Amino acid sequence: MSMPSCSVSWNSGDGVSWNSGDAVSDQFPVGLRVLVVDDDPTCLMILEKMLRNCLYQVTKCNRAEIALSLLRERKNGFDIVLSDVHMPDMDGFKLLEHVGLEMDLPVITDDSKNVVMKGVTHGACDYLIKPVRIEALRNIWQHVVRKRKDAWKDFEQSDIIEDGERKQKPSEDTDFSSSANEGNCRNLKRQKEEEDEEEEDRDDTSTLKKPRVVWSVELHQQFVAAVNQLGIDKAVPKKILDLMNVPGLSRENVASHLQLLHNGNNHLWSTHNCSNLVQKYRLYLKRLSAVSPHHSGLNNPFVDSISSLNGLDLQALAATGQLPAQSIATLQAAAALGRPSTKSGISIPFIDQRNLFSFETPRLRFGEGPKPQSSNNNKQINLLHGIPTTMEPKQLANLHQSQPRPQILMNAQAMSNGSQNSSLVTQISQPQSRPLILNDANGNHLSSGIRSGGFARNGEVDKNVGAAVYNRVCQPSSMVDFSISHKTDFQGNSFPLGNNSGVSSITSKGVLQEEVNLEMKGSRGFTPSYDIFNELHQQRSHDWELGNVGPTFDASRRGNRQGNINVPPSILVQQQRFSSCQNGVVNRNTSIGNSPNLGQLRDTLLMNNPQIVKAEKLPQASFQNTHLRVMISVLSSKFRDVIDRSFQMEDTTSWYAKRHTWRVLTASVGDSGYELEIISLVRLSSSSRTLEFGYCYEEPISSDC
Amino acid sequence: MEMCQMRVQVFEYKQSLFREGTLDAQFTQLQQLQDESNPDFVAEVVSLFFEDSEKILNDLTRALEQKCIDFKKIDAHVHQLKGSSSSVGAQKVKNACITFRNCGEEQNIEGCFTCLQLVKQEYLLVKTKLETLLRMEQQILAAGGAIPMIE
Repeated sequence: MSMPSCSVSWNSGDGVSWNSGDAVSDQFPVGLRVLVVDDDPTCLMILEKMLRNCLYQVTKCNRAEIALSLLRERKNGFDIVLSDVHMPDMDGFKLLEHVGLEMDLPVITDDSKNVVMKGVTHGACDYLIKPVRIEALRNIWQHVVRKRKDAWKDFEQSDIIEDGERKQKPSEDTDFSSSANEGNCRNLKRQKEEEDEEEEDRDDTSTLKKPRVVWSVELHQQFVAAVNQLGIDKAVPKKILDLMNVPGLSRENVASHLQLLHNGNNHLWSTHNCSNLVQKYRLYLKRLSAVSPHHSGLNNPFVDSISSLNGLDLQALAATGQLPAQSIATLQAAAALGRPSTKSGISIPFIDQRNLFSFETPRLRFGEGPKPQSSNNNKQINLLHGIPTTMEPKQLANLHQSQPRPQILMNAQAMSNGSQNSSLVTQISQPQSRPLILNDANGNHLSSGIRSGGFARNGEVDKNVGAAVYNRVCQPSSMVDFSISHKTDFQGNSFPLGNNSGVSSITSKGVLQEEVNLEMKGSRGFTPSYDIFNELHQQRSHDWELGNVGPTFDASRRGNRQGNINVPPSILVQQQRFSSCQNGVVNRNTSIGNSPNLGQLRDTLLMNNPQIVKAEKLPQASFQNTHLRVMISVLSSKFRDVIDRSFQMEDTTSWYAKRHTWRVLTASVGDSGYELEIISLVRLSSSSRTLEFGYCYEEPISSDC
Repeated sequence: MEMCQMRVQVFEYKQSLFREGTLDAQFTQLQQLQDESNPDFVAEVVSLFFEDSEKILNDLTRALEQKCIDFKKIDAHVHQLKGSSSSVGAQKVKNACITFRNCGEEQNIEGCFTCLQLVKQEYLLVKTKLETLLRMEQQILAAGGAIPMIE
């Protein structure tokens, strides 16, 4: 291996090793200052010798306390610390914690998985198993290099925390779910790959235009410790910042992080929220129905829809066919989504507004199919959006549901296509009764009206994660019910959009979740573009069964989704977004696409979904394209800084929510066609185990009440 | 000739140790670490190992003689012994430690006693053999030869 360029820095002042000039000196950094801590004298001696042979500068001590004092004395006196875990005077883990992020700390341990895991979660950047071989020691310098590189890079970007921690801690602890901040659950296996990931992360970081703070686990721990010390009530950013005493960390960083923490605790929807949302939704629907007469039964889409939401009954919708190409199916139709035929009113509110539908694109997202159906789709799409998923954290967890989301979207699209819809629906329903998910579990926060920042949690769990506002709207109960029943029925998925709490106006940003979920499930066979999700999905495991994860778009395309995707109409609706934003949404995807993960996903989706693409070109809405473009550009600029690292599941870096780290999944254009509404956002939860969906929206156009 | 013989002897002896599992590859690593700057490295490590192990074994014996056996402590001791024995390459000792640990986890007192005996036995065995080996190698070194390594 060639000497890393930064190794030079190590040698400054440590002339000793330099001069050895051995042949090996160009193999790895010479003069790396290592502190070895092990209570076993035999091991200690062996390690010391090995390290010396690697031309490192070694200091050994057999007690952790001594090690700590040494470290404190010479703050920058060591580059790396090797510590045993089983030590009589102090637990190796404690040492890790104390040392914190200050330096890399590969942990020496025996091959006990738990121990290794623990080490990693405590901040070790690597682990070595006894008996230690010299080859393993030769590589420890890489950690230091990496860390430094990160640090430099960060500093250049005025980032504060380096990504070094990324290496750490993949943890399979289930406790992670408890603290949003833990994040970094990574498989142990990934430890070896950590390095790679780190690289990636760093690259990502460097590509970010905006400097950002990466809340590594350690940092987070410090944060938590500070907060605990202060007391949650008194934990103000300034004080926390002081306590943490992390150079480069700004008050703002702490403040936003704190906000996440608070928000994460709010994932339950209050009834108040729900009722509000419902109200709003109703108004919205009303408005829509006023606009689009076709929609029979649209009036109370929500009311009924929920029942049959299960898979959007695209066909039903198609049947209703009422949707004029022009009219935009209101997302709210979620309820309406229910089968048109059977739906008890799943009328998909069609939104005549050009905006809504004209953006067939929204459908695109879902992988819309043929235009004519698109209208249906639109509807459906709308429905999806409308689907407020009252996701409660728990529900989210159940989400496998989350899956449905995507489906819904798809369904929406599919709906239009009729066949597609079914496919979508099927897909959605596939996952176990996913349809439900939409409503609740999906956590899709499709919830209506949630104002900006509502984030639905993805099924997984972690409730906390600082997800901002889980406002998902919710009518959790109602929603849920529907979804369940719908499970596999695609037909007329009447998405309980209405339920979702008035999702109506609220662009179900939450929908994204679904999308994501769907994507997560990717397994369904969705386009590969959703790899990210799939990945996530895989990692996540089953919860996400989105199966359809495949981008919602795909669903429509795929048509063959097997499955029972009952995309809860609500989801679809939501996805669809009430507002025609679909275009926006769709576009968003593309635009947003910046983030590699999501963006790619989306792009792929778009690409893969001919329909979607087609939809875009649909002339239906004459100004669709323009608006769409406008939206896209708005989106891109606005969310350019949204990081899509949320999908780096493998990444150990935990993602602490920061507003701007949410990735926009869907967006829509306001009714007027000009305002941009962000429908849904997604990000990787702080535990890195789930995707969190959030949404934000603008005020509903009007409350007719 | 004599040197040759000595080397062959040492070589074969070492080989037998490896074959029977008394020593493992880690020992080879140790030997590879030895160089001119540290000619007695292996000897030092090994004697450290002996000292340390004896101490631990005594602690273990005492711990098991207690009325109220502290299994945690025993586990810690055994763990450490396991670590050091694996570091020097004393494979049999290490394996005995693993067994011992299992007994400890099950809180099987009888089993622990047996395991302790086993560990002690293996330890003594490896000690004797290592001492012999090292002595032989020293002779070679003293005679100006090079220690044959087992790849």
